[in-house]
Amino acid sequence: MRCQICNKNDATIHLTEIADGVRTEMHICEQCAVEQDIAVKSHIPINELLSNLLAVQPSDDELSGSSEQSLACPHCGFTLAQFRKEGVLGCPGDYEVFEKTLLSLIEKAHDGKTAHCGKIPLKTPRDAKKQMELLNLRQQLDAAVQSEDYELAAKLRDKIKQSEKEQH
Amino acid sequence: MKLTDISNDINEWFDGSGPMADIVISSRIRLARNLAGYKFLSRCSDKEKSEILDKLRDIMMSLDLGDKVFYVSVNDAPTLNKYFLVERHLISRHHAFGKGPRGVVIAEREFFTAMINEEDHLRIQVLKAGCQISQCAEQINRIDDMIEKKVDFAFSPRYGYLTACPTNVGTGIRVSVMLHLPALKITEQIEKFFNAAKDLNLAVRGLFGEGTEAASDLYQLSNQATLGVSESDIVSRFEKTIIPEIIEYENAARSHLLSKQSDVLDDKISRAMALLQNAHLISSQEALFLLSHLRLGINMHQHMGASTPAIERLRALCGSGDDPDKASPLSIATINRLFMLTLPAHLQINYGKPLDSTHRDALRAQIIRSALNQQDPRKS
Ligand SMILES: [Zn+2]
Ligand SMILES: [Zn+2]
Repeated sequence: MRCQICNKNDATIHLTEIADGVRTEMHICEQCAVEQDIAVKSHIPINELLSNLLAVQPSDDELSGSSEQSLACPHCGFTLAQFRKEGVLGCPGDYEVFEKTLLSLIEKAHDGKTAHCGKIPLKTPRDAKKQMELLNLRQQLDAAVQSEDYELAAKLRDKIKQSEKEQH
Repeated sequence: MKLTDISNDINEWFDGSGPMADIVISSRIRLARNLAGYKFLSRCSDKEKSEILDKLRDIMMSLDLGDKVFYVSVNDAPTLNKYFLVERHLISRHHAFGKGPRGVVIAEREFFTAMINEEDHLRIQVLKAGCQISQCAEQINRIDDMIEKKVDFAFSPRYGYLTACPTNVGTGIRVSVMLHLPALKITEQIEKFFNAAKDLNLAVRGLFGEGTEAASDLYQLSNQATLGVSESDIVSRFEKTIIPEIIEYENAARSHLLSKQSDVLDDKISRAMALLQNAHLISSQEALFLLSHLRLGINMHQHMGASTPAIERLRALCGSGDDPDKASPLSIATINRLFMLTLPAHLQINYGKPLDSTHRDALRAQIIRSALNQQDPRKS
């Protein structure tokens, strides 16, 4: 797309302005933006990946997560309609409040993974760490079963049993 | 510390040093974090944003980084300064043109920046020259630990570090490398690289020039998935699989150019030299495009011992080194310096006031001409 001001360079800055309910878009290049001293009001925040994911969120999810569709987060008042528009969540609690709807999106964005693996805050209480370890082990187990690595799966099952015993 | 203190030179992670820097110019790791007990920024009032900003700025300014730090209030910064920070990769475009109270803490040597109130409350990044991904990982992990001693981050046992956008949740880590891939482009194989990246679920972005095609042949390659895979697994995948494969691709293309298409190679280098040494008006896009070919020629000589008529003429050119009185053979550092210092906002900051595009093109051409036409004192 060419810059609307100089018609020469590629437009790399995309501006959207909504005034009196009318949406205007402007596509300009970096040089012209510097030159015109354009204060960029709303750089489209939703990344491409996410907007693709949101676009393919079909009736399937609307059925399973129908109770979430009309819900407002008790912590921040956020709704799924706002998420679709803005591409970002309202508060950390939204991950739980809108879990059903978000889960399928999270799965698609992260190669099918749905549980954290990696760094844990130093201050995380021990039982929470255990809980996560278990989640990770279960995820690895799923992957092992899927790739028909039964030897690894057996080892992971033992680890999970061991870990569950330690918790009680 | 003012921006003009850093605007006359390139940052140290862009000086062409570091392992494998002929292809991997720099490595960067970014972590996204949010404070526990606060809403994400989309739901925060300006007052709440200011509170978060003050709190995090104080902590970032007091970190023991082995370097002095300075703070830039991004919401108060003039537009030109915002572009300058974006050109130097110190802040994101999103941060430059976002809304509300926000800022950035920058280490003077520019290896560390902390964007406060970007999309998440805190995004810290560490940058290093060449391929130093695990070194970046080690350092940013240490910094993250220091910060964590002073605040609680939003974290869930199931989803890890909670981020405003679910595409960053989990480790919140984004590993990126800046790659120079001119031979893949010249031999028309760059699409293969794009497709390979896509298959590996990696994101590719053109740098400096940003369009669909990177005029500079510089590309940023980053991981996309952040959940269910540990930081160290992501890092080692880059270091053990992804980077060696890309280097092999690009080097194969360079060898092919040298052995099978040396006319094409020499034509690119000679045209670039002729235009850069003689043009009086040059756009940013054109400069990036031509400088990329000079960079290729010098690197092919230094790393493959390539010697063609055009490469020999290129080597005879002199570039201004660190000491302007002492001309030295044209170096990668000089080319990189021209890459960065001739970008629109850099030109204007260093000139001291805004310039229209014709004046910028003239100044850019003049800076490049004088850098490439210095007489070698040893020869006169
Ligand atoms: Zn333009
Ligand atoms: Zn909420």
